[in-house]
Amino acid sequence: MQEDTVRQQSIINKLLYNSTWRGWLFQALVLLGLLGFFSWIIYNTVSNLQRLDKKSGFDFLSQRAGFEILDSPGVRLMDYAPGVSTYLDVFWVGAINTITVAILGIIAATLLGFLIGVMRLSRNRIFSAVATVYVEIFRNIPLLLQLFFWYFFALRAVPELRERWSLFGGLGGINKSGLYLPAPVFEQGFGYVALAFVLGVAGCWLYARFATARQFATGRRPPTLPVYLLLLIGIPLVVFLVQGSPLSWELPVFKEDGPILRRGYQADAGMVLKPEFIGLWLALSLYTASFIAEIVRAGILAVPHGQTEASQALGLSGGMAQRLIIIPQALRVIVPPLTSQFLNLTKNSSLAVAIAYPDIVSVFAGTALNQIGQEIEMIFMMMMLYLILSLLTSLFMNWFNARIRLVER
Amino acid sequence: MKFKKVLLGLAVVACTASAQAATTLETIKEKGYLQCGVSQGLPGFSNPDDKGNWTGLDVDYCRALAAAIFGDAEKVRFTPLSAKERFTALSSGEIDVLSRNTTWSMTRDTQLGLNFVGVTYYDGQGMMVPKSLGATSAKELDGAKICVNTGTTTELNITDYFKTHNMGFELVAFEKSDEVIAAYGAGRCDVYTTDRSGVAAERLKLANPDDHMVLPEIISKEPLGPVVRQGDDQWFNIGRWVYYALLNAEEFGITSANVDEMANSENPEIKRFLGKDDSKFGEGIGLGNDWAYNIVKLVGNYGEIYDRNVGPDTPLKLERGVNALWTEGGIQYAPPVR
Repeated sequence: MQEDTVRQQSIINKLLYNSTWRGWLFQALVLLGLLGFFSWIIYNTVSNLQRLDKKSGFDFLSQRAGFEILDSPGVRLMDYAPGVSTYLDVFWVGAINTITVAILGIIAATLLGFLIGVMRLSRNRIFSAVATVYVEIFRNIPLLLQLFFWYFFALRAVPELRERWSLFGGLGGINKSGLYLPAPVFEQGFGYVALAFVLGVAGCWLYARFATARQFATGRRPPTLPVYLLLLIGIPLVVFLVQGSPLSWELPVFKEDGPILRRGYQADAGMVLKPEFIGLWLALSLYTASFIAEIVRAGILAVPHGQTEASQALGLSGGMAQRLIIIPQALRVIVPPLTSQFLNLTKNSSLAVAIAYPDIVSVFAGTALNQIGQEIEMIFMMMMLYLILSLLTSLFMNWFNARIRLVER
Repeated sequence: MKFKKVLLGLAVVACTASAQAATTLETIKEKGYLQCGVSQGLPGFSNPDDKGNWTGLDVDYCRALAAAIFGDAEKVRFTPLSAKERFTALSSGEIDVLSRNTTWSMTRDTQLGLNFVGVTYYDGQGMMVPKSLGATSAKELDGAKICVNTGTTTELNITDYFKTHNMGFELVAFEKSDEVIAAYGAGRCDVYTTDRSGVAAERLKLANPDDHMVLPEIISKEPLGPVVRQGDDQWFNIGRWVYYALLNAEEFGITSANVDEMANSENPEIKRFLGKDDSKFGEGIGLGNDWAYNIVKLVGNYGEIYDRNVGPDTPLKLERGVNALWTEGGIQYAPPVR
């Protein structure tokens, strides 16, 4: 009897002093505690919502939305119309607008950032001074202030709603309602031109591989540039002409007479960039470019100078040394922090609501949320959208990073 | 040892969770002040003056509420909220009452878990245009570009109005009212629209207010009033009867100047209202019996509040109109205290 209890106690003691077992025990307890905590929060939320008699669930997505949204890529793509479209359409309108400004912002910020970053390293004093001033101004002023500055500055600078500045000899123009440009109209047969171009790109890639293989075999690289030009421009151009020029331009229409409110640029002709979009895009690109410039500068400086000297010793020209030796190594340092900047830009685009660009936060978390009032569901949908966008960006950048990574043997 | 601590922590958490939530009035009395949600600056309704004191019709309602609870109209703190944030702030408990020129509509009353206590200002949506546009009626606005505040009823109203009259328009929706009027001032839009009282107030922020005119059309009903969370009937009653007390005081002719005199009046209705007989109306809603006396003494009656904040002698120059008492041709009407 006594022996039994002693043995039991010794088993418990053994287990308690066994570090593996103890580790598992505490991890299980922590997990249980966490689960308990979260289920308590969820239970509380649900019971509070019930007490307030608030609606829940996602039924609202099929309700019709009765408000107008500013002309934007999302409105065009979703064919949004008040009283016809649903709240789910509103979500997609906002999502498309967010994605559009994020992609265009990333492109512009990257191009400008690389330019400024390289300029800062230039031996030309003026270039490097301009780049330094740019970086120090744009990264040190809060983005929201820059947003207001560009938006209201642009509004004050351009002509009134019923006047204009002509651009490109009257083909386009600008005033307070936006920047108007000719819109391309793709007619029957343009698909073949696009197909020829895609095939041309594929052909270029194949030819480049062939040329490299040839270079390795014979030591001589066959001429590439004329072939590229032929594939990318020549053949698509021939197809374009054979199809009878299946592309025309729709010009913006500017009315000078009629009722005063109907004068000015007409809403349904040509392509228009609204001041709200221009302001947001400018502010996001200029702000993020200042950070990218510093990343690029750091990346280039991270390549030891000996590499440049070694490539000179091998007889490579300046451009070739940059292209083959310096930039590939610099990119390895540049790409990971660049990814964070792309993510920042996407998330910063949510400031759009301040200047009336109809992004997801403005139309869905603003207008729609006030009509429906289901914060939890709607904010959750928005968080998921941003999360998915960020994860996709990371995924792409990680793939790119893996491609250019130093291959260790 | 560690494990015991964890268990203890969990037990504490579980106990707090099961404790009964206190009523809104108890919570307010315990913290010692009322938390009132107001606008981010709308002259006449809720606006900080040059010394940083909040003034306005919506602000005075909250002061009256504080006077009724604490006998002190200063025991109130104000939270400026954007149109977008206001309902979330109220339902999350960040504020006790929302008094922020908020339109009473069926969706808001029935689907947001909120209750409107009454209508402190009967308003309607109006429009402002530059005089240079030459428009005299909203029906001439086909093709107009319109600046609005997002997260309000105005977006829906204006869409409905233009669709009904078969007119085209462009809607530019900003988050904060300051940016709406700034964009209108910068010439982005032909039309500025919000509640008529708001149009009158925002016009004063323009560089040249006289270059702009308010169109005669009122395109919607906008009954503005304070809002409380649903589910606490006592707090709802307090909110509603403080508003009725303001109206009843005006109807009796009791003002902040003569309230002490009136307290000695022989009129049984007035004695009952001011808590000078042995009826206990204040206690019935969880307040002191001098609740109405404190409101009138410290804040004034509805007419006084109206006149000093938005009336004809203020920069807003808004006539009483439908907001006059029912005895004077308006529709402000309060049930009797008895």
